[in-house]
Amino acid sequence: MLILLGVAVVIVGFAVRLNPLLVVVLAAFTTGLIAGQPPLAVVAAFGKAFNDNRFVSAAYLVLPLVGVLERAGIREQAARLITRLRGVSVARLLISYLLFRQLTTAVGLMPIAGQAQTIRPIVAPMAEAAAAAQDPEITDQTRHAVRAMAAATDNVAVFFSEDIFVAMGSVLLMVGFLTSSKIVLDPIHLSVWAIPTALASFVVHGARLLLFDRRLRRAPKL
Amino acid sequence: MIKLGAVYLLGGLMFAGFAVFSALDRSNRKRFGNALFWGLVALSFLAGDHLGDLGNGFLVLGLAALAGLGLLGRGQPATTSPEERVSLAERFGNRLFIPALVLPLIVAIGVLVIKPMTFGGQPLMDPKQATLISLALAVLAAIGAALVLLRQPLVSPLQEGRRLIDTVGWAVLLPQFLAALGAVFAVAGVGKEIGALVTTWLPVDTRFAAVAVYCVGMAVFTMLMGNAFAAFPVLTGGVAIPILIGHFGANPAVVASIGMLSGFCGTLMTPLAANFNLVPPALLEIPDRYAVIKAQIPTALLMLMINTVLMYVLAFA
Repeated sequence: MLILLGVAVVIVGFAVRLNPLLVVVLAAFTTGLIAGQPPLAVVAAFGKAFNDNRFVSAAYLVLPLVGVLERAGIREQAARLITRLRGVSVARLLISYLLFRQLTTAVGLMPIAGQAQTIRPIVAPMAEAAAAAQDPEITDQTRHAVRAMAAATDNVAVFFSEDIFVAMGSVLLMVGFLTSSKIVLDPIHLSVWAIPTALASFVVHGARLLLFDRRLRRAPKL
Repeated sequence: MIKLGAVYLLGGLMFAGFAVFSALDRSNRKRFGNALFWGLVALSFLAGDHLGDLGNGFLVLGLAALAGLGLLGRGQPATTSPEERVSLAERFGNRLFIPALVLPLIVAIGVLVIKPMTFGGQPLMDPKQATLISLALAVLAAIGAALVLLRQPLVSPLQEGRRLIDTVGWAVLLPQFLAALGAVFAVAGVGKEIGALVTTWLPVDTRFAAVAVYCVGMAVFTMLMGNAFAAFPVLTGGVAIPILIGHFGANPAVVASIGMLSGFCGTLMTPLAANFNLVPPALLEIPDRYAVIKAQIPTALLMLMINTVLMYVLAFA
């Protein structure tokens, strides 16, 4: 039971808005010390785990590219492109992106798009431009809500479609764990049973986008 | 064979560049804090394997101290003004999207074509790391295309990258910190403890109750651990295999597949999944740190209900 104090430190630390990097270090110390490790051993264990997980931060390699494109006006061009198209709404734009992202992810092309390389320079400015076309007096709050919805749409699309691709890490993890528990199955079965949820997520999030758009039109001062 | 080490070298050089330009940026009062922070990240990427575990541990403590004491500011690299950008957009038009399309194109080629290729019996790139290696190659090609097609200055990738990394600030490292914390939790047996609590205290005596405990448990556990992969073995081993599959005879493929997707509902709702939920608001310059999570919660809760019903209907068909 005591070992769960580390989890409690994380929850409380995030809730009172301490700096999250400090919260993580405190939680690691709490957990390690309760497990009976000397402080230096905790430092070393955390250092090793940090070093082993550098691949997580390697994705920031796209930032210089995104920055250069922004310097040359890609966000302005994305916005121009949208305002020139007639009949584009926030919902239509984000539902199209949802569909595109779900289909490409399902065939294993998840890494071709993402928050830094697609949402920030292209999709979010497009969605904001569409919202501004609907309501020329758009507030900053509404702009923030539109951006958050664009980011959420990318996450929802990826999470509920990635398991349709057989060689996805999570599918292989499931196969590995089940095999170790003496349940042998072909990964393709796991992928097939991921399809109903993927379809449902398109309907659910698509419907939410339509409602979101309607709210933007009705109450421009969100 | 190209390995992950090459990606780390490139990442290290990038962060080293951010550190140097930060130190020179007189517009930022805290420029040496930024320089030290990005410099430590560069050191980790370039030499992490030679620092030893304790060395890496102190490096991490240094990063956390710099962030916790508020020693990072926001650099202001010289960049184009909003008006200039509008006129650049008019001038370049849709040519601006070409480098943005080179990136996914090369990633796709890397993952689909180059990954299976071999040279003299050796794979061209480490198949386990094909995605990141492809991404690194694609970034280099796309930056090259951008510099040539859009006639941008040679230092602009580093200066503009620094502008964006300072927008996100210390939160850049939160995903990696949390991944490391997950490893510490795993060694200490935090997952097993929570799994034992779930199986001891929750009712699993009817089919529906067992399905609901497993699906909701996956979501809640994922929220606490920040990662569905940590939740899956614990709850599948504790609830799904003995009770749903063993006792009630459920189809294991349905149970596992929808169980993992229920965990992902939790991922959408937790600040611990920082790369998906906390980095994007910073990147999009939304003041509310939790704005993306708030936008995701209704979808996540509805999907959790749907997953529970789907598993109940499909697993016993």
